[in-house]
Amino acid sequence: MEVRFRLNGEDRSVDVGPAQSLLSLLRDGLGLPGSKNACEQGECGSCTVVMDRQAVCSCLVLAADADGADITSVEGLGSDDALHPVQQALIDGGGVQCGFCTPGFVVAAAHLFESNPTPDTDEIREALSGNICRCTGYGGILRSLEGLAGR
Amino acid sequence: MEIERPTDIAAALVALAETPDATVLAGGTDLMVEINFGHARPDRIVALRRVGELKELNGSIGSGVSWARLEQGPHRALAQAARTVGSPQIRAAGTIGGNLATASPAGDGLPFLAALDAEVEVRSATGSRLLRWDEFLTGPKQNALEPGELIHSVVLPEEIPVRQEFGKVGVRNAMVISAVMACVMRYDDGRTRVAVGSAGPTTLRARRAEEMMSAESSPSEAAMSEFQRIVSEEVKPITDHRSTESYRRHAAGVVARRLLERCLEAG
Amino acid sequence: MTTTTGARVRGGVGESVQRPDGVPKVTGNFAYVSDLTAEGMLWGATLRSPYARARLVLIDTEPALTMPGVHAVLTQEDVPGRKTFGQISADQPVLLDGEARFWGEPVAVVAADDPETARLAVAAIGVEWEELEPLVDMEEALDRDEVFRYAPVRRGDQTATGSVVAEGFYEVGMQDQAPLGTEAGLAIPDGEGGLDLWVTSQWTHEDHDQIWRSLNVASDQVRQHPSGIGGAFGAREDISLHLHVCLLALRTGRPVKMVYNREESFPGHVHRHPARLWYRHEADPDGTLVRVEAKMILDGGAYTDTTPAVVGNAVYFAVGPYNVDSVAVDGYGVRTNNPPTGAMRGFGVVQACFAHESQMDRLAAQLGMDPLELRRRNAMTTGDPMPTTGQIIETSLPTVEVIDRLVALPLPPRLDSDDPRNLPGGTGLTTTPEYVTRGVGYAVSIKNIAFSEAFDDFAEARVVLTPSGVEVYTAAVEVGQGMVTVLQQIARTAVGVEQVAVIPADTSTIGSAGSTSASRQTQMTGGAVLEAAQAVRKAALARGGGDDLSSEGVWRAGQLVMTLDDLCSAGPISEHTRFRHPLTVEPDEHGQGDLHADFAIAAHRAVVDVDTELGLVRVVQVDTAQDVGFVLNPQSVRGQIEGGIMQGVGLAVMEELIVDRGVILNASFTDYLLPTFLDAPDVEMVLIEEPSPWGPFGAKGLGEPPTISSTPAVAAAIRNATGLELNRVPIRPQDITGT
Repeated sequence: MEVRFRLNGEDRSVDVGPAQSLLSLLRDGLGLPGSKNACEQGECGSCTVVMDRQAVCSCLVLAADADGADITSVEGLGSDDALHPVQQALIDGGGVQCGFCTPGFVVAAAHLFESNPTPDTDEIREALSGNICRCTGYGGILRSLEGLAGR
Repeated sequence: MEIERPTDIAAALVALAETPDATVLAGGTDLMVEINFGHARPDRIVALRRVGELKELNGSIGSGVSWARLEQGPHRALAQAARTVGSPQIRAAGTIGGNLATASPAGDGLPFLAALDAEVEVRSATGSRLLRWDEFLTGPKQNALEPGELIHSVVLPEEIPVRQEFGKVGVRNAMVISAVMACVMRYDDGRTRVAVGSAGPTTLRARRAEEMMSAESSPSEAAMSEFQRIVSEEVKPITDHRSTESYRRHAAGVVARRLLERCLEAG
Repeated sequence: MTTTTGARVRGGVGESVQRPDGVPKVTGNFAYVSDLTAEGMLWGATLRSPYARARLVLIDTEPALTMPGVHAVLTQEDVPGRKTFGQISADQPVLLDGEARFWGEPVAVVAADDPETARLAVAAIGVEWEELEPLVDMEEALDRDEVFRYAPVRRGDQTATGSVVAEGFYEVGMQDQAPLGTEAGLAIPDGEGGLDLWVTSQWTHEDHDQIWRSLNVASDQVRQHPSGIGGAFGAREDISLHLHVCLLALRTGRPVKMVYNREESFPGHVHRHPARLWYRHEADPDGTLVRVEAKMILDGGAYTDTTPAVVGNAVYFAVGPYNVDSVAVDGYGVRTNNPPTGAMRGFGVVQACFAHESQMDRLAAQLGMDPLELRRRNAMTTGDPMPTTGQIIETSLPTVEVIDRLVALPLPPRLDSDDPRNLPGGTGLTTTPEYVTRGVGYAVSIKNIAFSEAFDDFAEARVVLTPSGVEVYTAAVEVGQGMVTVLQQIARTAVGVEQVAVIPADTSTIGSAGSTSASRQTQMTGGAVLEAAQAVRKAALARGGGDDLSSEGVWRAGQLVMTLDDLCSAGPISEHTRFRHPLTVEPDEHGQGDLHADFAIAAHRAVVDVDTELGLVRVVQVDTAQDVGFVLNPQSVRGQIEGGIMQGVGLAVMEELIVDRGVILNASFTDYLLPTFLDAPDVEMVLIEEPSPWGPFGAKGLGEPPTISSTPAVAAAIRNATGLELNRVPIRPQDITGT
């Protein structure tokens, strides 16, 4: 079935499968593999996108129900030669190891900084408590984002 | 799969009347898990995300109001509960109506509704009904919705005590399904309400504990201990992979007592 | 030997150089296996056993085969070569051989046009089972002599006794590596009967050596490529879906991709061995250890996997870094129908360390002695024999120093916040400060580095100098730990040229680099790269007639005499090495011998706040001192240590697969709890740099020690707060409340 939405600033009209999640549509249908599939039940945040100004798990959005939505995935946040400040901060601060959780952290953190450019440590920790990282122990991510917040 | 995406309540009810076996989709945080793992393949879906009326929050709480919104208030204990629902991403999508529809004993918003004896307004194309929370929640993952009906809103009583507290015990400090949770309210006249979740087939009220504590105008330490003991006695938990029957029993009493302490400290 | 200047090279060893994969990882452009696609690609899916043990009475693949969009349905009959696989013992059927021996064991695989069709095809396969009684208790398995390996140690006077005795029984639950990226593979047929494979693997050559045997093709017809991996931690040391995706690709003649979902990932890889350990420590009244006895059983699941090696590690590190002249250890890896177990960060030493450190605290209490003083008094150092194997320690082993430097770190301030995010129970609002008791605990660990017990452990690398810089070719797998960065740094410093690219090489183009595990790649592949890079530099200086080399070219007496372009005009300078660590031997019948190549030591201090009434724990801080030999990259070292500590904390307080009659009850991220941001402790660390005799620039592998002694440190801290024995990890709320 056909669904129309705005994705990374571009109007799209796409064919979605029955029972297809927005995550699957992005990855398998639209060739945007930046959003990661790690749990498919909203318990890891690796697939986080911003939809209608809310950070949500794209695995829990029925693609057919995304009709009319305004969606930003990690691909819409920065590119190799023009990184988003959150992306640069994570690289500089040692917030990246295996990197599988990283796009989800990038989107969730960018969303946080949009509403609160100077979050304190506990605000960062709670706002990102839905994003699981298995490699870093969160230390590198925290230092990266504290730096970005000017702390 | 067919999907209807109504933008107002009337159209939603028509869609449900035409396809009474349709699956209702709101925040998706429960249904999509079933779909992703191949456990559900609904033929027809009625998606409620666009129905503005369901997102209204005034006296009553629209079923489509998200946890992120409820986290902002106005109800203290419900906001406390909302803050513990899944992750920030889940709270942005999940709704209080979803908690009722899924009817899990671990539904984080349900103890607040139970403590207040809230009612659930259910609508269909042919009318509406009001069901008290315990008429609505009929069993574990079972509710009283009939085909063609949807949850419109939660209706709260006029009198809502200021002193209300929620607490949730889990093994992780965020994003966790509760081992047990409770909501305690204390009215100015001493009436006390205790609702406990994840401690029985549905959310339950510890009515003997309520009765005992409601008679105490300024409870002694011994009364507080007795209150804790009765709550632990009254709950009906099971042992599963998340916790044990005996720990849940113990923790339910402890949390209820602590929440009551906080209510009393609030003066 | 050519000396290196290094001074002019930016991004050499010792700097916090940025990861070369950093930018693609933050933008989402990094290609993990699960992101790969190929023209005409089919999707694979797996039918799994619903029972821990059952006889396959009947299987009917016809209903699946006749579905539109289904291209192949394969069972054990369709395996053309060796019907089994396994790196130590090939005892695991590629597909079910008539009896299911663990829950989730692969029965059949299908290839179809899309994932949904593949899933439906799996569901359409007709299967009839006869459920059999599973063997799920590890002690019963030992009684029945279902043993993969028995490893004994008898060292010293077996009649020695001490007047102070501490006895204890300990248990460790089953931990999952839970790498965020699940198992994934893409096999692309080459049209000539062979194929190329990209797959979640820590060790391409070992997989490859198993794969071609089962496919019944020549070894060079399978080319396995180092691939983008979303974490590993041991879960990918054994084969998962590799053979399935290859079989389907060869059968259909089309590329086939398979990605496990989280539910099947849990039974789809090996886990940390659950263990039961019985200990007896005897000491003189002054605290001198006289004798240690231990018996340990590790649950090895249904197939061998790496269980024999894990048992060896548990047994040979049973005592910890302490001198004792009389030791008796009996270790068993047993066969059950529980979920598969194998490699996970710490590899057997985690289980032993939890027990031996708990014992040291218990013995200290019996002695009325400070637990750290007891450890110092018995601490091993360079030149001492291993208490178990008798091997004389030749590497640095600053046991007393890690303790002293750790203790010197300031303790965190006392709890002064009523913010729930800093309290046990977190945002659940269960706990206010008056219900919190603080505890502090310590633990120390020793761990081997690289493979042991006479394993033929080597790493190959090729370093090539071209006009545009240095290329490093290796089959070593980057799993996230930062190896590619460190190899770059080593090559930069050793060659003297700044432009370095690390290029993953498939199994047909270079020899094995060995496994990315056992904390070994920095020392092994790093060692290989260093040797090759030094040889390249030497050859370049000879060819250019100079005394120094830089990104500009060859220098003599401070003058540039030849550019890199000119230097390489006669062709690139290429050097290939095969690096080996000091040889190890097999243990004799008493477990004696030089079994290990190198050793690392670490100490941890945990500070916890415990809500004793509810049994809830917040791990406030975990500090550490660790001998890392030489800090090649401060930021990477810090990241490895913090991440390792987090996994140790997870095992201490929340991570456990709950298994009932062989069935995992919490095979999801909803119920297998990984620490969140609000569960993460602060970490302060002291890095001790006493060089390894053979690590590059003296560096030691460092990935595992953080996971090993952090767990017993947290347990000790909770004991300190509660006064309870707590002989099992993870420590659950009900263990603290006693309800």
